[in-house]
Order: sequence, then C-alpha cells, then structure tokens
Amino acid sequence: MESSMNQTKLSIRDLNFYYGKFHALKNICLDIPEKKVTAFIGPSGCGKSTLLRVLNRMYDLYPKQTAQGQVLFDGNNILDRAQDLYQLRAKIGMVFQKPTPFPMSIYDNIAFGVKLYERLSRRKMDERVEWALKKSALWDEVKDKIHQSGQSLSGGQQQRLCIARGVAVRPEVLLLDEPCSALDPISTLKVEELINELKTEYTIIMVTHNMQQAARVSNYTAYMYLGELIEFDETNKIFTTPSKQATEDYITGKFG
Amino acid sequence: MLSLYQRRRIINALWLGISFLMMTFGLFWLIWILATLAFHSFDSLSLDLFTKMTPPPGSQGGLLNAIVGSLLMTSAGTLIGTPIGIFAGIYLAEYGQRGWLAPATRFMNDVLLSAPSIVIGLFVYMVVVLRMGHFSGWAGALALALLVIPVQVRTTENMLRLVPNTLREAAAALGAPRWKIITSVTLRASRAGIITGMLLAVARISGETAPLLFTALNNQWMSTNMNEPMANLPNMIFQFSMSPYQDWHTLAWAGALLITFSVLAINILARVVFRDKNPSY
Repeated sequence: MESSMNQTKLSIRDLNFYYGKFHALKNICLDIPEKKVTAFIGPSGCGKSTLLRVLNRMYDLYPKQTAQGQVLFDGNNILDRAQDLYQLRAKIGMVFQKPTPFPMSIYDNIAFGVKLYERLSRRKMDERVEWALKKSALWDEVKDKIHQSGQSLSGGQQQRLCIARGVAVRPEVLLLDEPCSALDPISTLKVEELINELKTEYTIIMVTHNMQQAARVSNYTAYMYLGELIEFDETNKIFTTPSKQATEDYITGKFG
Repeated sequence: MLSLYQRRRIINALWLGISFLMMTFGLFWLIWILATLAFHSFDSLSLDLFTKMTPPPGSQGGLLNAIVGSLLMTSAGTLIGTPIGIFAGIYLAEYGQRGWLAPATRFMNDVLLSAPSIVIGLFVYMVVVLRMGHFSGWAGALALALLVIPVQVRTTENMLRLVPNTLREAAAALGAPRWKIITSVTLRASRAGIITGMLLAVARISGETAPLLFTALNNQWMSTNMNEPMANLPNMIFQFSMSPYQDWHTLAWAGALLITFSVLAINILARVVFRDKNPSY
C-alpha cells in the first residue's frame, strides 16, 4: 500500500558496472522512493558501495571504471555523457565511511560546498552554517568553537560535521556509505537519529554492514549478493518474511 | 643454553648498540666539519664579512658581493623553479591518471633529479651564455631553477599522494570541480610538506658550484645587475681556496661556514616550523 503512494526519485535500469574487466554489478533494476531511507545490505564485495558510487558518478574520478545502463534522476539519465557532474553531485550528496573533514575550520568546512553554488552574504552564510549544524545535531557541541579546525573534533562529531556539510548545500538525495562503521555506539545512535530526522526532507540511501541498523532506520532494504540485486522490498518485509531463501539465510545469519 | 627470552634481549641490545654506533659515526663527521669550519674562519668572523667586498690579495675585505650575488641568484632560481615544480607535481598527482604523458614526465623528472649539476651548468652555458655572449646572473638563476624543479616536482607529487583519496572524493561529492578540490583541499592538506620541499630545494642549490661556474662565473666587484657576471659564495670559495694567499683562505673558510650554517638553519627550520601541523594527514 505504502509503496504505491511513493514517488520514485532514482530509477536504476539494467545497470552493469565494470572495474576494468571485472563485472561488479549485474543488470541491476531498482526504484528508489523519494523521501524514504533505502538501505543496501549484503556481504563484503557484493557491490553495494559500488552501486552507491554510481548514483553520484563518484566512479568517474577513476580511470577504468565504467557503467552501462540507465539511472534516471527526475527523468534524466545521469549516466549520460552530457550530464554535468558538478551539478549532479550538488544535488546528490554523499557521506563516507570514515569522517573526512577538510583541513579548515568547522565553519569553512560547511561553507565550502555552499560557496560553490550560491553567493550568500556574510549573514546569510552564518545562518546557513548554523542551520546545517543544527540539522545534524552538532550545533550545541560546536557553537563556541566554530572557527577551530574541523579535525579537532571527535570521530563522531567529525562524521556529523560531514553530514552537516552534505546537508548545507541542500541536496535532494543523500548517499551514506557505511556512515557509522567507524563510530562508537553513542555516536552511531546520534547519526541514526539524524537519519530519521532527515528523511522527512531528503531521499536517503545508505550502505550498511549492520543489519540491525538497516532494520532500525530504513524504510526499504535491498539485499545484494555477488553484484546482483537479490531482493528489494519494504524493510519490514525483508526482515520478517523475505520472499527469497538467500535473503533469509543472510539476515538470519546462516550465511555471510 | 640461553632461554629464548635471554637471546631476544641480547639481540635487542646488539641492534640498539649498532644503531647507536652508526648514528654517532654519522654525527661525528658532521660535527667535525662544523668545528673545522668554525675554527678556520674564526679570524675573519666580523661585521666586515657582511659589509665589505672581496678584497685583492693582501688587503682587508669581506664577502658582501658574494653574499648578495648568492642571495639574488638563489632567490631568483627558487622563484622561477618552485611554481613550475609545484604545478608539474600537481599534474602528476592529480591529473595524470590516464595516458602516457604523466609516466613519461615522471621518468624524465627522475633523470633530471639525479643529473650531475655540472651537466646542468654546461647546458645553460650552451643555451644561454653562448647566445648572450657573456656570463650573467640570470644564466646562474636559470641553472639553479633547473635544479629546483625536479626536487619540487617530486616532493609536491609525493606530498599530494599522501592526501587520502577519500578527502578528494568528499570534496567532489559536494560538486566541487577539480581545480577547486586541489586549491582548497588537497594543496591545503599538504602545504606543510610542499613548503618543506621548497626549503630543502633552496638548501640544495645554495651550495651548488658547478652550475654557477659555467653561467654566472664570478665577480670581484659588487653587482646587483643580473645581466652581468655575478659573484657568489661557492665560486668565491673555490677561487680563494685555490689561491696562494692566506687572507683569501680565511675568507674562503668563512664563506664555507656561512653556506653550511645557512643550509643547516634551513633544514632545522623545515623540520621545526612545519612539524605536526597536520597530524591526521
């Protein structure tokens, strides 16, 4: 019932991906619903991060990585050669496994992305930075040291800074690549709460190794194995009554 | 029969002993060199060194013209060579992923890095000095720049490669174009290393003799005109120490002391000032 009401934000059609000659993603077809959290799960090497990196064409930074097929983002195929990568990435943000604060102040870390696409007055920029930090539940912890280096923060704070940075440019989609795998349980909880907050406004796609996490925070789950999409459904369904034996084996821990 | 534990302790002590001995051995020569320089140049160490020009044999003087010449040519060589080296290093580390140009450039740069400096001097002599018809400070600066470039290329590339790719990806993920990623993120993350590389390149060229011998030659008089032959410390040392005059010898020692201690100071500066500025990268 719910799925029929959902708008599709990203539509992946017959996607194949190659690292050189290695066939990493095989005929993936998947519709990512708007303003929901979609989780990709699966054992290491199954291609879930690869799939995520196709969605903002991060793979384009590297030679010998090629994608074939279609990924429709609001109706446009983003794999098209004519696609402007910078515009695309401004609309589809990404947060990585390890926190990646830039070597600059907390304030500048957030202003960096905003300045690329908007000319804001000093006051407007201050407001934007504060807004992004509040959105990512970091404001109270850093408001007195906003001009200190972003690298002086703890790991969990750094990761929330990276999320704030991603949110600050007001993207439509946020890609999270195992955002909690380098964090302690308390920071993980904070980031998960944050994801719950953000999904009212953003389409969120996350890769996770942690099945409990997928169960806790996602609305939809895709199970992948050896470069193939095995099953995609509402998270509740995947974790209670999966339709494929392979999915059940994985989520119950018989395999993987 | 020794227990495994005792054996390990003995081997450990042995390694420590050998390492310590070798370290002392290396340090011993350095200290000897510095002490010799200080001892022989002691008589000539006065303000005259920095205020008077190189004298004719048998009269009093200093090293002003040689110091000024060295400073001018070293600065000019660094100013010409550093930007070229940094940009080439950026190309190698950030852009040259595809194709043959980057590997070829890297190989040529390594050749240049280990080329004897006298070859560089001869090259500039052929290309510049012969064509201009006279020795000049510019030719000297050019030869020094050719020595700076490969060092700067190599350090810039190495330092940029130390910046984790995740940082580049993080900037790219915000929609930053490549030049913006480089100027705002990767260069910033590696700036301490790149500046250190520049200081070490300066240290390297400040004692070079052969390239200047064929290009700037020498000058007994004060000259700040880069179009004329120019005095410089290394060639002054060479000329004075080969002469039969005692006071020239002393001045040569003083020049050697000046160069050695400036290089030492630059090295210490490079280590101290830029130490641990960027602990996480």
